[in-house]
Amino acid sequence: MRRIISVLLENEPGALSRVVGLFSQRNYNIETLTVAPTEDETLSRLTVTTTGSDKVIEQITKQLNKLIEVVKLVDLTEGAHIERELMLVKLKATGSQRAEIKRTVDIFRGQIVDVTSSVYTVQLAGNSEKLDGFIQAVGTSGVLEVVRSGVSGIARGEKVLSL
Amino acid sequence: MELLSGADMLIRSLQDEGIEYIYGYPGGAALHIYDALFRQDKVKHILVRHEQAAVHMADGYARATGLPGTVLVTSGPGATNTITGIATAFMDSIPMVVLCGQVASTLIGEDAFQETDMIGVSRPVVKHNLSVRHPEEIPEIIRKAYYIAATGRPGPVVVDIPKDMTTPNERYEYVFPKKVKLRSYNPAIRGHAGQIKKAVDMLMAAKRPIIYAGGGVILGKATDQLTELVRMLGYPITNTLMGIGCYPASDKQHLGWLGMHGTYESNMAMHHSDLILCVGARFDDRVTNATEKFCPGARIVHIDIDPASISKTIDADVPIVGPVDAVLKEMITLVRESKEKPDAEAIAAWWKQIEEWRAFHGMRYETSPDLIKPQEVVEALWRLTNGEAFVTSDVGQHQMFAAQYYKFDRPNRWINSGGLGTMGFGLPAAMGVKLTHPDDEVLCITGEGSIQMNIQELSTCKQYNLPVKIINLNNQALGMVKQWQDMNYESRHSESYMGSLPDFVKLAEAYGHVGVRIDRKEDLESKLKEVLAMKDQLVFVDIYVDRFEHVYPMQVARGSMKDMWLSKTERV
Repeated sequence: MRRIISVLLENEPGALSRVVGLFSQRNYNIETLTVAPTEDETLSRLTVTTTGSDKVIEQITKQLNKLIEVVKLVDLTEGAHIERELMLVKLKATGSQRAEIKRTVDIFRGQIVDVTSSVYTVQLAGNSEKLDGFIQAVGTSGVLEVVRSGVSGIARGEKVLSL
Repeated sequence: MELLSGADMLIRSLQDEGIEYIYGYPGGAALHIYDALFRQDKVKHILVRHEQAAVHMADGYARATGLPGTVLVTSGPGATNTITGIATAFMDSIPMVVLCGQVASTLIGEDAFQETDMIGVSRPVVKHNLSVRHPEEIPEIIRKAYYIAATGRPGPVVVDIPKDMTTPNERYEYVFPKKVKLRSYNPAIRGHAGQIKKAVDMLMAAKRPIIYAGGGVILGKATDQLTELVRMLGYPITNTLMGIGCYPASDKQHLGWLGMHGTYESNMAMHHSDLILCVGARFDDRVTNATEKFCPGARIVHIDIDPASISKTIDADVPIVGPVDAVLKEMITLVRESKEKPDAEAIAAWWKQIEEWRAFHGMRYETSPDLIKPQEVVEALWRLTNGEAFVTSDVGQHQMFAAQYYKFDRPNRWINSGGLGTMGFGLPAAMGVKLTHPDDEVLCITGEGSIQMNIQELSTCKQYNLPVKIINLNNQALGMVKQWQDMNYESRHSESYMGSLPDFVKLAEAYGHVGVRIDRKEDLESKLKEVLAMKDQLVFVDIYVDRFEHVYPMQVARGSMKDMWLSKTERV
């Protein structure tokens, strides 16, 4: 099952490599990984999406917790949560395609953020399925380049992951 | 206000930490530190002949004393040579701090001479590693390193020290922190009361209970509590290879150790139990055999300081995260106050069954009129040392024979590389023990394969006068490899025969020690007596044993715990 694990990590050199190393060392999957400092500059927030049986996920969270630099973590998929991924796509856009792509971008609530005579660069945020859906809708043949941020997530409601 | 250089701060921090011995080897990046070491006499340095041995020495010291060991090496090859030792300590949760020199911070990343990314290289085999970024941080980093190494589930900690952090003429204020606090590291200090109560209720209701104890009992200094609880309950106890000594082997409630080469009765009792109380062990693959066939009728209570050890391979019904001593103490109180008592009738029937198993096999081997059996050597040593020696071992058949036939009644006396299985561990580990236990008998039971992996340390033994006794069970083969080849590869002995062995007697003499060869059965006991009487000499005893002996019992691969070979021909 797919899980989103959100981690508060000491913002120190080498901390990220420990997390990544743990996944490869113990043969766990990383599907996406995002990391950036938080409003408290001593902490980074890391979001990792992974798949595995309940037993594997339990081990992943326990092993992550064992890392000295991991301060706190939560498996967001255990409760209601919001997940977002940012995608930038360069699409071939000439002739009648231009209007069609514009319409599709509007339907997906994306924005065209850069334009040339033959290329649109589209920005789109949403959950991963929505981004997949957009690529499907415009058709892979027109796609010149895709860059995705990986998933960031946060719990719904009052629940907060903080010190 | 006291101003010290980084190098002096480092040594001063070790003094303030109470470190008496460090084991190491100098080199360019560590020279400022070695100079600081020279200008004091509180911290004593032992110069080994290979850095791996320094780590095993520190490890042997830590296992015998329960205190963290300390290693000091230079950058590059000095640091990478420690990796096998660090991995050994990591797998067996041994507290240790490894101080590594590093090229100057200005050179890092430039492929400088003797530069290795030690933080990266050691990462998968350490509990934690730390890098010094400013000389002023050194006291706090050292304090942190020992704190992390020795608390919770212990383990090795590497400290990487770039050379410019220890420059002699740059001085800073020295402050050794009394305490360290890490917001992200808080090992459990007690178990969950509700879970402990549940566990005790299950213990009282059990009809076929068994206690399965591991190295965590020794590391957690909980042997007294374990012994008290087991005696109160009157239940059978088995332990892992790492747990040897956590409960007296000579006691009748003790079934011996379990697993791949464990006793028949302990493996049978585990398989047929209805309740397993696991204390500080981790259901390792050398214990469980095939996990899907593991102890089908047993419910499991698992006590461990490390939550990740619980339900990793075998699911626990009642997990208890906490220090074993504190948890066992609470259990003792609850058992004492409990209105429920163990089911005397069921327990008596259970013991009757266990005694039948014990009588069926026990520990036995076939003797020969002329060949020396390795098991006989170990039994003789056990008798001649009254079971009180420290015994270190290397890895292979001799290790299993030593563990099977030397009966340990006390913890911290059986010292072996259980998790990583590191050949070359035994001699340096014995040296680490002997250094701090000069009046105790320290035996290194080894084989002619393993001993040659760190034989150069005979020189260190001479320099520091470490009269350990090396018992070389010489079968002229890599015995355990050969045994597997006999059993699984139709006796195709691929690369398991060791030709051109040195004359170990002359070799020992060349290093300035005494060498003794035993190749006649009738000489065994008398010569061993002579060897043990040479208190002030390192004696290398080269004993020619039966080359065809196998270690039994041996669990059948991919079977359950009860599926075992009991000899070359008997399978149950």
